Amino acid sequence: MLVHHYLRDSARQSLGKPAIIIANQAHSFQEIDEASDRLASGLQGLGVRRGDRVATMLDNSIEMVIALWATLKAGAVFVPVSPGTKADKLGFLLADSEAAALIASTDFGQRVEDATTRVSFDGVTIWVGDKIEATGASLSEILARPRRPPADPGLIDQDLCLIIYTSGSTGSPKGVMMTHRNIYNNVWSISTYLRNQPDDVILSVLPLSFDYGLFQVLTGARIGFTVVLERSFAYPYDVLNRIAQYRVTGLPGVPTIFAKLLQFAPFEGLELSSLRYLSNTAAPFPAAHILALRKLIPQVTIFSMYGLTECTRVSFLDPSRLEAKLTSVGRAMPNSETYILDDQGRRCGPREIGELVVRGTSVMRGYWRRPNETTSTLRDGDIPGEKILFTGDLFWKDEEGDLYFVGRRDDVFKCRGEKVSPREVEACLYELEAVAEVAVVGMPDSTDGMAIKAYVVPREGHVISEPMLRQQCLRRLEPLLVPRFFELCTSLPKTESGKIMTAALRSSLRAAE
Amino acid sequence: MSSAYNANPSQLLSAVDETAIGLQVRTYIIDNFLLGAGDHLQDGTQLMETGILDSTGVMELVAFLESAFDVVIAEEEIIPENLNSLDNISAFIVRKSR
Repeated sequence: MLVHHYLRDSARQSLGKPAIIIANQAHSFQEIDEASDRLASGLQGLGVRRGDRVATMLDNSIEMVIALWATLKAGAVFVPVSPGTKADKLGFLLADSEAAALIASTDFGQRVEDATTRVSFDGVTIWVGDKIEATGASLSEILARPRRPPADPGLIDQDLCLIIYTSGSTGSPKGVMMTHRNIYNNVWSISTYLRNQPDDVILSVLPLSFDYGLFQVLTGARIGFTVVLERSFAYPYDVLNRIAQYRVTGLPGVPTIFAKLLQFAPFEGLELSSLRYLSNTAAPFPAAHILALRKLIPQVTIFSMYGLTECTRVSFLDPSRLEAKLTSVGRAMPNSETYILDDQGRRCGPREIGELVVRGTSVMRGYWRRPNETTSTLRDGDIPGEKILFTGDLFWKDEEGDLYFVGRRDDVFKCRGEKVSPREVEACLYELEAVAEVAVVGMPDSTDGMAIKAYVVPREGHVISEPMLRQQCLRRLEPLLVPRFFELCTSLPKTESGKIMTAALRSSLRAAE
Repeated sequence: MSSAYNANPSQLLSAVDETAIGLQVRTYIIDNFLLGAGDHLQDGTQLMETGILDSTGVMELVAFLESAFDVVIAEEEIIPENLNSLDNISAFIVRKSR
């Protein structure tokens, strides 16, 4: 029941079959199994022990895949950091997770060095690419060593497998702890309802630092299918041509990706006949896009799903009910249960709005070293000792039990499928002396889901300009968090106690839509 | 490659165009993506691989090229061969404007 056993088994059974294709290079399960043995031994040689955290700062690449498996084989916990992360936040994540090692691309050398210096990182850095510093080790050197199986760390399935950081309403990222048992269950459950087969070929443009992206590789190893990995979706035409090139059967995406795909409609220049399914999660799938995709690619099954990092996935809509329930995300996935609770903790009936609660083996261990946040999110269930997950998401269900998303309880919203904490963006703008007040809200947008908009009030006697605000954000925030729109104003709506009423700003944006 | 002295006039003209376009695009990228620090930006620098552009950056670059050079760029033309370095961008815009 350990997640890395998938790789070992697939390497034995699927003789030479490509596990990963990236940049037109195929890498077999065996090749990845061998390389990750080398790196796992290398990590152990550098002092990494059972339960230690190993962070990565890598783009989608074969090295990222090897780093994942090697970390688990060494008995350590994989902590993928988004490669767009700026030095300050990376430093915070390294310090918070107390990582024993960081595997990072030399492309991000400057940011990595700024971060490690700032927090006096005392783990080892393993560089991918040309080694640029006297300090640290080199991945290519480690991979060139003779193969030696790593020492058995003695893991059981209650040990931690992943820590994935997620934004919260407070702005400070929290590490979601997932055990081997969690991930093993979730990979089984998801691949069961998607009916994945060894002859599937999945095209993934999702970052491996995002659990939805990472799960494509994990599921590929469980089932023995091939994942065609892309570094990004910046050049959609190139990426979409891979569907014909590799006879791709599955395309997991977020609404932004499908919106982009639809810009090529009616797909005259694209050959999509091999596609069996599309899956959407991370943000609501607009009904118009579902209908358009069904019409344009009639053989395709569309899975509308809902999840959160704290339990990977919650629900999926049975594709046979899609037509009747375009805006639903369906019911709990296998081996999970959901219900909706009102503010008094009573179970809601059909069409009553309340907070969605999840129970099952899918639910995380808690937030890494955040006892208070853990207690408020994981609460006692009906069975003594069992913890259930309060999602913070408001839902209602219909008479047949299918779920419909309403919104968040807090200010957090999703831009391009990723969580945005307005506090984090506001804090960055408040660093400017010329800024008196800031309010950041999500603005409905057909491509981003929610685009980020910042309202900014200048301090008296100071002048601010949009380029100045944008530059500050570019310097301090990962690209996703840089607001698309800035509005300079003389004041912001406030409550009597002086609190900024972001709800008023949000509703004025919706009204203008 | 022929030297400028024996190049035919249209080749020479497009070389001049390419340089002018390259400079304008360089300024745009330095101002918008590199916060003014463009010392390391070479004409052949791979913009995605070095993290200068991401998906959003590519869309912003396309919008800039369309308005600055009065061209319409089709979805099928948004590919690395056309956009992934200053050299590629200049050559692409010269081809488009002909």
